[in-house]
Amino acid sequence: MIPSLVEAKGLARSYAQRRGLFGRSVAVRAVDGVSLRVSAGETLGIVGESGSGKSTLGRMVLGLEAPDEGAVRFDGADMPKFGTVEWRRARARMQMIFQDPLGALDRRLAILDQVREPLDIHRRHEPAERTDKALAMLARVGLSRHLAARYPHELSGGQRQRVVLARALMTEPALLVCDEPVSALDVSIQAQVVNLLVDLQEEMRLAMLFISHDLRVVRQVSRRVAVMYLGRFVEEGDADDLFADPRHPYTQALVSAAPTPGARQKRITLTGEPPNPAERPSGCAFHPRCPLATSRCRAEAPAMRTVEGGRRVACHLAEDPAHLARKAA
Amino acid sequence: MTDRALDNAPARPGHLAALKAIPPLVWVAILWLAAVLFVAIFADLVAPYSYTAPNLRNRLVAPGHALHWLGTDELGRDVLSRLIVSIRISLLIAFGATVISACFGTALGFLAAYFRGLVEQAVLMLADFQASMPFLILALAVLAFFGSSLVLLVGLMGLFGWERYARIARGLAISAGAQGYASAVTQLGAPPTQVYLRHILPNIASTLIVSMTLVFPEVILLESGLSFLGLGVQPPMTSLGNMVGFGREYITRAPWIMLAPASVIVLTTLSVSLLGDWLRDRLDPTLQ
Repeated sequence: MIPSLVEAKGLARSYAQRRGLFGRSVAVRAVDGVSLRVSAGETLGIVGESGSGKSTLGRMVLGLEAPDEGAVRFDGADMPKFGTVEWRRARARMQMIFQDPLGALDRRLAILDQVREPLDIHRRHEPAERTDKALAMLARVGLSRHLAARYPHELSGGQRQRVVLARALMTEPALLVCDEPVSALDVSIQAQVVNLLVDLQEEMRLAMLFISHDLRVVRQVSRRVAVMYLGRFVEEGDADDLFADPRHPYTQALVSAAPTPGARQKRITLTGEPPNPAERPSGCAFHPRCPLATSRCRAEAPAMRTVEGGRRVACHLAEDPAHLARKAA
Repeated sequence: MTDRALDNAPARPGHLAALKAIPPLVWVAILWLAAVLFVAIFADLVAPYSYTAPNLRNRLVAPGHALHWLGTDELGRDVLSRLIVSIRISLLIAFGATVISACFGTALGFLAAYFRGLVEQAVLMLADFQASMPFLILALAVLAFFGSSLVLLVGLMGLFGWERYARIARGLAISAGAQGYASAVTQLGAPPTQVYLRHILPNIASTLIVSMTLVFPEVILLESGLSFLGLGVQPPMTSLGNMVGFGREYITRAPWIMLAPASVIVLTTLSVSLLGDWLRDRLDPTLQ
């Protein structure tokens, strides 16, 4: 087995949320006991609807946020505390791509200066060489030289995301966390940026955590996919396999909601409230919306179990595929 | 080939075009401020007489006199010479105080935004305290205790208005951190000093500069007020407010003693406000 580059065990993070002027503050568990591992050159896709804790998970894996429980190990060492010198030094090896590229760029600096900045921060190369390196990286992500002097607001959305990507890759990181990197882009531009991301990942043997709500994009990028619901992984497995044969009822609903050309399949429409992490249902968090829920689901939270083929599912009913299939039909 | 051709093309419009875009009123303000600055710097060369030299034969001469263009005061001192020296002193106090309060306030605001928690509470409490206390009373108390000197006056005025910069800097720095570019740079591994000084400060500078132009006239007026009350600049030294204060007694017989410094105060504060308003729009590259 390939040693994993990043390993997270039992990550949990709560936020205090206050309702109203005199309301009591409620602890909201955004992420609740998530474990994952990513090896060099591998992509783990994380899918889930908004509020499922995907972004918080990504930030914890990067050490941008300290987990309340659990720990992240990067390349065999514990993640340094946020803001320390070691933590800052570790940034050269792990980077993040943001959803909103305009927000992630400083609108008062020309893009060349911003792409150069990681080298300035980490004192890589001679100062004179840094500009050339930055220009080379801009060329690598498909931006021509004459854009280098421009400011972020003068670029298109796709170009901005390429700048963010170039900046993230300047220090040749080992891990890249992409938090909804193409959600803000047009569909036609999405494909270009995703292809670029895949190319660069192969070229640089990046370990990647790809967070998205878009199944299509996740499938294109990732070999392994984890489905997240209310702060927990409900299903994890090989991407093609998981989308072809989803085991968890939530994954089934997700997959059926994605349009497939040609095939006219029955779409599972979920009923009930969208998930609210402040009021986590008892037992299996998905049971109020699950078409197959039993009394056991209401009472007992299912543990993550490995079923055949490296697939892991957290569902009481998934133990018995025949039962699940019968109920679904 | 195309790339190379574009490399040589100027990226920004020329300076000449930028100059033409300045509205006429702002031109007037800039010219006035330049003149005032020139006079302040070269006061010794420009002033026709010493500002303390009395001429008892020509007391309370009206403006337009061949020797005293702006007339003389009750001791026969040349109003123009006194005005020129006053401009120097008042500008020194106003610039010094504005710069001190801007640096002090911004630094405290950044500290509050970076450390949050207790530090932030303390800074905000100080700011609220400062805002709720009439500054004139504070200034009167300090000056009454320690006596008045130019250094003390500049330092004291430097405490004026810092709470505005502190609030603005704190609020904008926190929102910048939440927004993206600052957290993105932090995430790149930049130390906090770099995040705050290289990224956040230039981004919020336009707002800070505009509030500087709002504080500047107030400092001039405050100094005038204190001098008028006799606690600011002490005679024989003179300042704009000081001149207004002493000219008050002769307002019916010799209004020019007071009107000359008063109109300089009005024109200078107005010019700074106009310039600040225009600068706010110009300093934002996204608005160009």
